[in-house]
Amino acid sequence: MEPNFLIQTLASVVAASTPVVLAAIGETISEKSGVINLSLDGSIALSAMTGFAVAFLSGSVALGMLAGMAVGALVALIVAFASITLRQQQVAVGFVLTLLCADLADFLGNPFVRKPGPSVPHVPIPYLSSIPVLGPILFEHNVVVYLSMLSIVAAWWYIYRTQPGLKLQGVGERPESAFARGVNANRLRYIYTMVGGALVGLAGASYSLSIKLGWSHRHTFGIGWIALAIVIFGGWNPWRVAAGSYLFGLLKALGSILQRNPAFANVPTQVFSSAPFALMIFALLLVSSEGVDRLLALLPTRLARTIDRTIRGRSPGGLGKPFVQE
Amino acid sequence: MKIIPRLALDVADGHIRQDVCQWVHRAAPLIRDALLTLAPVPLALLFTTLLLLIVGGSPLEAYRNILYGAFESPQKIADVVTACVPLILCGVGMSVTFTAGLWNVGVEGQIILGAILATWVARNTDVLIRVLWPQVPVLALMVVAGMLGGALWGTVAALLKIYGKVHEIFGGLGLNYAAQGLAIWLIFNPWKRAEGATMQGTDPFPDPAWMPQLGKLRVAPLAVVLALAAMIVVYFLLRGTRWGLELKAMGKNFRSAFVLGVPSTPRMLTAFAACGALAGLAGAIRCSAVYGRLIPEISGGLGYLSLLVALLSGYRPQWVPLIALFFAALGVGSPRLELNMHLDSSIGGVIEASVVLAVMLVSGWRALMKRNRVFSKRSGKNTGFSPEEEVA
Repeated sequence: MEPNFLIQTLASVVAASTPVVLAAIGETISEKSGVINLSLDGSIALSAMTGFAVAFLSGSVALGMLAGMAVGALVALIVAFASITLRQQQVAVGFVLTLLCADLADFLGNPFVRKPGPSVPHVPIPYLSSIPVLGPILFEHNVVVYLSMLSIVAAWWYIYRTQPGLKLQGVGERPESAFARGVNANRLRYIYTMVGGALVGLAGASYSLSIKLGWSHRHTFGIGWIALAIVIFGGWNPWRVAAGSYLFGLLKALGSILQRNPAFANVPTQVFSSAPFALMIFALLLVSSEGVDRLLALLPTRLARTIDRTIRGRSPGGLGKPFVQE
Repeated sequence: MKIIPRLALDVADGHIRQDVCQWVHRAAPLIRDALLTLAPVPLALLFTTLLLLIVGGSPLEAYRNILYGAFESPQKIADVVTACVPLILCGVGMSVTFTAGLWNVGVEGQIILGAILATWVARNTDVLIRVLWPQVPVLALMVVAGMLGGALWGTVAALLKIYGKVHEIFGGLGLNYAAQGLAIWLIFNPWKRAEGATMQGTDPFPDPAWMPQLGKLRVAPLAVVLALAAMIVVYFLLRGTRWGLELKAMGKNFRSAFVLGVPSTPRMLTAFAACGALAGLAGAIRCSAVYGRLIPEISGGLGYLSLLVALLSGYRPQWVPLIALFFAALGVGSPRLELNMHLDSSIGGVIEASVVLAVMLVSGWRALMKRNRVFSKRSGKNTGFSPEEEVA
């Protein structure tokens, strides 16, 4: 009973973390190329609505996913156009788009509120799912969960192990130098912002088609902001970003177990739903505050360095700065 | 602009013709600028019209519903004014933080904290009257408590930024949700109603804690006065004091302001506290003049809406009331769509956000065109560049 319960919980954590993983990986790709797509929260809401609506109308989940990706990429294109070509502040454009997309999702999604619709089917992977403990945790899910796992590995491989990935890093670190070496910095930024946006859109669609089925008012409650914070927490490295997302999912699962405890019976659920955001602040404090440096200084140097390297990462040098070609 | 001088040429004799031509030439760029400045509004309306057509509603009827919903009766106009007040306060407050280059996204939470502290004062009115003196100015105390609460929450975001290196967007957002959780916990536990806790909020305040209304209309003149006073004070603070100048310097270029000796830490703290105090005042007004109790949705997205107001005003407090009026009318008018046309009232928010986005796109586009013009002029003449063009 006990180990079974543990395995089930972990499996549900893996499944429930899918949208956050996808969105955080997508944002990592955009930010690695130097563009902050701050519209994540709204973009996820709009793509969740579109994904569900298209799947509902067409009966095809795959079409819904594609529609979600298209919406995510389109929003990212607006961010890229406004910040790269029109040189507006990335943060300002992203924030306005967050609000715009959230309201747009509410407006256009009105006919689809609380309608039962299709969901992504479960596909256990043959052979792999029969591995004793890992099988049920990792390989008895739906296709999107596998896609999210694949996206982690693919993003890491692409960014750190391929030639185009090196260009992507260069454009994000020092666009001037990349340009001097013959890389069209702004075009690459456009491309990777949109690729990241498409992943964010997939995250939204997967949310309404596999996690919290359907569409309702404030359906995706703040997960975009969580994903944005996790990118910082994970130090812009796909592995650590993914680890952060799963850690967050685990803590959330623990929270809902706690919530069922009779000791917390008279604490309203809304209080619990705001807890992740307090956690977000603490996580960011952990990776960026100088107080942590002082604590680390108390430890033996080698240990301190190891801890510092595991929990922290450096932001891309050109993050958020426009590249002006002279 | 060629047609008007030709007309003038036909009509007038030589002397007047020259005058008119000069006048037209001088006025033309002004008129063009004015038109281009207003261009985002029709652009945004075009977008929402398309949306309305997509969902199958008649755009004209929708806009008429919004207009009627906002202005059809004196009470509706009073509602617009009431909705305007917190937008003015927070928008003006955010022009302080934006001037310093700070993204105070935590206004939502600052409104809630202000409302919570004001509610605490209101709930303890009878105690205050017994302990202090008989004619206790409860309202004044609520206003002060609200400002303190908001300033406190703003300061927390500033401390997180300064000492924790947590970007104010994330700090502010986290604090928003924390404040929301705190308010709901208070409503459900210590401050629950006698007949049981509900999402309806706390018990109504005792009479002295209600802001006086204007006759039969549900609008508090005192709130409007406070909002306009805040605008005037901030206008002069930003324009005429060293503090304002230093904030501006920080916003323009943080590093050089720092190098030139602007004490950035205290300036950031005061900017956040000032904005928080105004937001907290808005929260106190919301629960004292509008609801007469603390409700879970006391901020109701006003924080984010006023961020749009501040962006649209270009951080100039004197423009905030006008924009706030526009937003408030949309906010009061659009629920009518749900009643009459079965459309979601969030179209109001869509219009507001798309106006702001259109402003950004249009101004970016104009700057791009200007750059291109200068560039082509330069390469066309091929004689280097004159200082005039460099300025442009």
